[in-house]
Amino acid sequence: MNARRDGEPVPPRNPVTVERTSDRELVVTRTFDAPAHIVFKAWTTPELFRQWWLPKSMGMVLRDCEMDVRTGGRYRLVFGEDPAQPAEFFGRYIEVVPNSRLVWTNEEGGESGPVTTVTFDEKDGRTFLTIHELYPSKEALDAAGTGAAEATRETFAQLDELLVMLCANAQA
Amino acid sequence: MVQCSSVTFDTSFTALSDATRRGVLEQLGRADASITDLADKFHMSLTGMKKHVGVLEQAGLVVTEKIGRVRTCKLGPRRLEEEAAWIERYRRLWSARFEELDKLVETLKRREKNDERKKRR
Repeated sequence: MNARRDGEPVPPRNPVTVERTSDRELVVTRTFDAPAHIVFKAWTTPELFRQWWLPKSMGMVLRDCEMDVRTGGRYRLVFGEDPAQPAEFFGRYIEVVPNSRLVWTNEEGGESGPVTTVTFDEKDGRTFLTIHELYPSKEALDAAGTGAAEATRETFAQLDELLVMLCANAQA
Repeated sequence: MVQCSSVTFDTSFTALSDATRRGVLEQLGRADASITDLADKFHMSLTGMKKHVGVLEQAGLVVTEKIGRVRTCKLGPRRLEEEAAWIERYRRLWSARFEELDKLVETLKRREKNDERKKRR
């Protein structure tokens, strides 16, 4: 009976929340139906990490993923199909507490990059995950949000679509 | 580029002239919510909240969907504030990521259980 239950995927019913908690902070939360050591493993093992970090719907390729997950260790993610124009994300782990806490820097954007803290709180076999991003300034977070730092064109294309829809709705 | 009729903005201004409705939009920018959730959060009767959501819905700022007995509200296709729009995009990205992570976590969980069983034998 156990084997049969195991074979059925459990439909995820855990909502994501995103909140800008201050001018410089952004917080994302989500619960996972698994103990913290498993969720932590998925965040810290390159082979596992690359299976979920870029959802298929994004249509992007994670070409390279290196993680030296220990305090002071570095990580590097390389995106993009064209090796001549790679998009790189890199930084350093400031704090690593196995199965409970990860803190890293995001250095690809120079000094405007945030410090990311991920905490894994286990309760009754489930994990409450919190991602906290602290930006050096309000402007840096604004820029990250409006896509000035990344994917500017995509943002404006989406904004255009939005405006077209907006007008279509108004005229209907 | 894209031009909008003034009608659009009139309905929007009416919808946004109320503090509760602005609060509801802000709330939905963070996460979808049921009318009951919203009523609780803003200390308001269900009927009162339904009216507010109705105004926002007419302005296209909110869409609602009834699943079973629960009516869920989310931000509509029209976003006035850039911030609400990017928070929503950010939320979608994380939702998509986490759905993949859910699948992976299930696989890892199963693998761990199987390993434990093997060890016990």
